This record gives sequence, structure tokens and C-alpha cells, in this order.
Amino acid sequence: MLAFTLKRLGLAVLVTLTVSVISFSLLHLSGNPAAALAGENATPADLEAITRQYGFDRPLPVQYADWLWNALHGDFGQSYYFKLPVSSLIADRLSVTMTLGVCAICFALFTAVPLGVAAAVRPNSIIDRTALFLSVAGQAMPSFWFGLVLIVLFSIKMRLLPPSGSASWQHFIMPTIVLGYYAMPAIMRLTRAGMMEVLNADYIRTAHAKGAGAGRVLFKHALRNAIVPVVSLAAVQMGFMLGGSIVVEAIFALHGAGYLAWESISRHDLPTVQALILIFSCFYIVFTFLSDLANAWLDPRIRVG
Amino acid sequence: MADTILTVEDLTVDIPIGAGTLHAVRGISFDLKRGETLCIVGESGSGKSLTSLAVMGLLGKRIKRDAAKLEFDGKDLAAIGPNEMRALRGDRMAMIFQEPMTSLNPAYTIGDQLCEALHLHRKVSKAGAEKHAVELLGKVGITAAESRLKQYPHQLSGGLRQRVMIAMALMCEPELIIADEPTTALDVTIQAQILRLLADLKREMNLALILVTHDLGVVARIADKVAVMYAGEIVEAGTAAQIFDNPAHPYTRGLMRCIPVPGKTKPGEPLGSIPGIVPSLVGGIEGCAFRERCELATAACRKTVPERTAKGGHRYRCVHDIASAKVA
Ligand SMILES: Nc1ncnc2c1ncn2[C@@H]1O[C@H](COP(=O)(O)OP(=O)(O)O)[C@@H](O)[C@H]1O
Ligand SMILES: [Mg+2]
Repeated sequence: MLAFTLKRLGLAVLVTLTVSVISFSLLHLSGNPAAALAGENATPADLEAITRQYGFDRPLPVQYADWLWNALHGDFGQSYYFKLPVSSLIADRLSVTMTLGVCAICFALFTAVPLGVAAAVRPNSIIDRTALFLSVAGQAMPSFWFGLVLIVLFSIKMRLLPPSGSASWQHFIMPTIVLGYYAMPAIMRLTRAGMMEVLNADYIRTAHAKGAGAGRVLFKHALRNAIVPVVSLAAVQMGFMLGGSIVVEAIFALHGAGYLAWESISRHDLPTVQALILIFSCFYIVFTFLSDLANAWLDPRIRVG
Repeated sequence: MADTILTVEDLTVDIPIGAGTLHAVRGISFDLKRGETLCIVGESGSGKSLTSLAVMGLLGKRIKRDAAKLEFDGKDLAAIGPNEMRALRGDRMAMIFQEPMTSLNPAYTIGDQLCEALHLHRKVSKAGAEKHAVELLGKVGITAAESRLKQYPHQLSGGLRQRVMIAMALMCEPELIIADEPTTALDVTIQAQILRLLADLKREMNLALILVTHDLGVVARIADKVAVMYAGEIVEAGTAAQIFDNPAHPYTRGLMRCIPVPGKTKPGEPLGSIPGIVPSLVGGIEGCAFRERCELATAACRKTVPERTAKGGHRYRCVHDIASAKVA
């Protein structure tokens, strides 16, 4: 288990480095950072000065090494727009993104798992069909569109929920649903497939033979085995949602890291974008790693060799 | 306490498949007294497992069970509700399955699974249940029982897992145990150990045992009664002595030729075998189901098969009167 963990960790570090190299190169090749920094009314002399001041005239690998060295020390530079350290800027916004991510994955799990179980217990029933419909709809519907529909319905028509901002818990309801609904179909289908398989297993018959009741057989004996891959999937999705909430945060003007990313991209705020890409990819990598660990931990056949 | 623990009369099991119905068990009857061992023999597909599951009430929702009488200790199993049936299962009647490798839940320890069997039916403390589990593991011949409680099924061999299954069946001291080919999946040496264990336990605890097997050698050693099943019917039933001394039904005789007899069967000499396969039971069968494979088959075998009394005094179902006719 230790060797396995170390190997996965090493791989994770390599992937993170690769992501940072690629994103750094792409961002610096996509436009002149000095121009973005100087603003629209800058003279060529201003540009010259800024280029020299920030070292944009140095070769790209040197700039990258410089950036990486500082980043490893927690210094991601100054935001061009906010004129604040990027690290503290992002730290401020992460709590909103984290809250949204946790709420969304919980919402997805608490709706998708019971639906998946019910669908597996009665295949082709009304519940199964409803669940299938919901999951197809969830995959077909773009998040931005679903978000707008919710805003129109609950904020404009019914005036129940605030359409945008992040001041109170009510502000998180619609974003949670939109982001969570995105993760639901896969969780539901995996739960259903897993339960269908497990319910046919010999040990389920053993549980019945012992005199266990239907609920106990379903939840203690079947779900405990079917849930293992679901937990892994949810962890991966969690990583994805923390980085992928840009669209949802932008629609609902939730001031999280995703919203910051969207703002910074439109303002050519290179250091902020660069740092966010790194952080989002770290989320993804960390949660994928956690998913592997969860899998190993939940399955005694892996955990206890 | 009634002497008879189980009465089965005219039990049928029907499975809907596609357009038709598979008549997998077709009107079988038997009974069993406390402390008795009934062996059900017959080749694969003859309906032995379905019979066992039908008695335990473990057939799926899809499968239909019907019986003129299905009584456990005077209680009509066909009439009681699912909750009452559940209360009996694992408590007064228990089952051991053919596949020890997959019959234990991989997610829980041996201890958890053993204790659960007890907790489902008795109010006992965790410590009390564990003590009982250790005792029973010792009884089924598992050493270092205490440390086994913390192990997971994948850490045990097939033979050990089947011992655990047996211990689990014994947790509530049942009166009836149904063992459905408990040794088929195990190595030959382990098979003998497990069967000896079952026979010993049965004697010690005065259990009624239904042992499903297709190994007649085993039957000869431990059966009080034998029921020979073919294509969903009991074609011959009697005491072990009756069946072994005077097998009447051609199918039973065929089975007998398949067992090696020490001293008589020379090493390397081929054993008898019954050519052909079990006929399809979809849509039901007219006349004798064995006629396609039977050396005595005549045109009369297409008609209804009467029940007859064999020379030994037991019953068999065949068109031919084998007790009086001279058959080799
Ligand atoms: N769940 C099921 N669905 C369809 N057919 C079944 C099912 N269970 C058993 N059968 C069929 O019923 C017949 C009897 O099966 P079974 O009782 O398992 O035989 P045995 O235990 O004697 O080998 C076989 O032909 C088998 O294919
Ligand atoms: Mg069977």
C-alpha cells in the first residue's frame, strides 16, 4: 500500500509539472503580456519599460524557471489587475468554490445513489425510467442553459431565490443544483449497474438465507459492495467540479475561484490565470489520487493483502 | 415436539422464460424426521437446487412455487407471510451453498458475518456473539478461531470458507440444514473432510439434514433416506438400504453403475455412464422423461407413468414393473 501510494504521488507531481509547463508556454505565446499590463493607451516607450521591468525579454524557459521557483515558495506574483499578491487573492476566493463543490457533490450523491439503487431493484419500472430520463436530460443539457432556466424560474418568475452573488446560503442553492446535476448521471448509472450486478451475487442469497430483511440485504450487503467504484468516481468528479465550476460561477456571479478565472482571462491577468490553472489541475490530480486511495481502502481485497 | 420436521407434498416450481414456462420441479413429495438425513441425488439440471431453495423460500420473485403441503414442524410454509418466513430462515432452518468462494460477503470480516446470523434472531451482546462464533469455528475444525474472526473471506481457502459457511448455518442451532452440493467446488481431500464434518455435526446436534449431491459414494456413507431426482421429478425414493440393495428405476441403476466399487472395479476399467442429456422441461413432458435415454424404453413409455412398489418395498415411477420382471 505504501509503495502504491508513493508511486501514485510521484506520478501526480510529474503531471502537475507538465500542466504548468504547457499552460505557461501557451499563455505567454498567446499575446504580449506587456501590452496587457500596460493598458490600451500605452506608448511604445511604456511597453519597452514594462517588458524590461518584468523580464518579458528573457527566453521563455528562463521566465518559466523563475516563475516555478517563486511558485514553489508560495509566490505566484502580483495580479496585473488587482495589484495584489495572486496567492492571497486566490485564497480568498477558494472558500466559495470549495463550498460550492462540496454542496454539489453531496447533492449529486444524495439524489443519484438512492435513485440508482431504486432503479436497480426494479429495473424497467417507472422509477428506473424516470431515473434514466433524468440522467439523459442531465447529460444533454448544457450547464449555462440549465442555470439560466433556473434563474428565470426561481428568481425572476417566483422571486424565491437570489439570482447572483455569494452573500448568503440561498445564493448557493441554484449553483449547487446546476453543478451537482452535472455529476449526477454518471453516479446514478454506476450505482445502478453496480447494484444490478451485486444483487445477483451468491453472498446476497446467503444474506437472505440468514434471515436478513430486504432493507438490510440491500444496504448492508449489496450497497456496501456496489458503492466502492461510486466513491472513486465521486472523488474524481469532485476534483473536476472544483476546477470546472467556471461556467456555473460565472452564470450566478458567485465570487469563487472559477469566477476569478473567468474575470482574469477576460482581463489578460496572466499571473492569476497561470496560478489558477495550476491550482485547478492540482485539485483534479489530488482528487484522482484520493479516489485511488479510497478504492483501495474500501475494498478489503486490496487493503488487506 | 412433532417427530416429523418437514413435509413436502406435490411441490412444483415453475419458471417463466420468454414465451413459455420451465417446469423445473414437477410434483415431488418427501418428508423428513428430526435427526434424519435425506440425500437428493440426480445429475445437473434435475431440479435439486430449486427444490432446496423452494423449501427455504429463497426462490426469486419471478419463480412460482406451488405445493399441496409444505410444512415445517407443523407450520404451513405456504401460508405464512414473508416476515414469518424470514424469522425461520437462519434460525430454525439454514442452508449451505455450493459455491463457498462467492457465498461470503467480500466486504465484511468472517466475525461480522457469523455474528450477524446470530444477531438477526437473538438478543445477544457483541461479545457473547463473538464467543459463540469462536466456539462454532472450533467445532467445524478451524484452528486459531479467534484470529479468524478478523479475517476477510478472500484470506481463506475454499475449504475454510465452506467451514465458515457451515459454522454460520449452525449459529442459531437450526433444526433443519439444507446443504446444496456443499463439496462440489472443493478438492477431493477437502470434500471428504467436509462431508465427515457434516455427518458428525448432524449426529451430535440431532439435525435433520437434506444433502444434495450427485455423488452416490457420499450417499452410501451418510444417508438415511435417498430421493433420486430426474428432470424435476423424484423417480425413486426409499431408505438408503432399499435404494442401494434393490435399485429399481433404470436411471437409478444407471447412476449405480457410475460409482467405483472397491474390490470390484479394476483400476483403469471405465465406469458406466448414462448417455444423453436431460430433456428440456419447457412446456412440460408427456410420459416418462427418461425414455430417450432408457435402455428399457418402449412405446408404452409415452403414456402416463404409474408409481410402483419395488422389491425392497420403496416406491419408484416407471412404466415397467421392474420388481417382477427379470432385468439385468
Ligand atoms: N433462475 C432460473 N431461471 C431459469 N432457469 C432456471 C433458473 N434456476 C434454475 N433453472 C433451470 O431449472 C432446472 C433445474 O435447475 P437446478 O435446480 O439448479 O438443478 P440442479 O441443482 O439439480 O442442478 C435447470 O434446467 C436450470 O437450468
Ligand atoms: Mg444445483
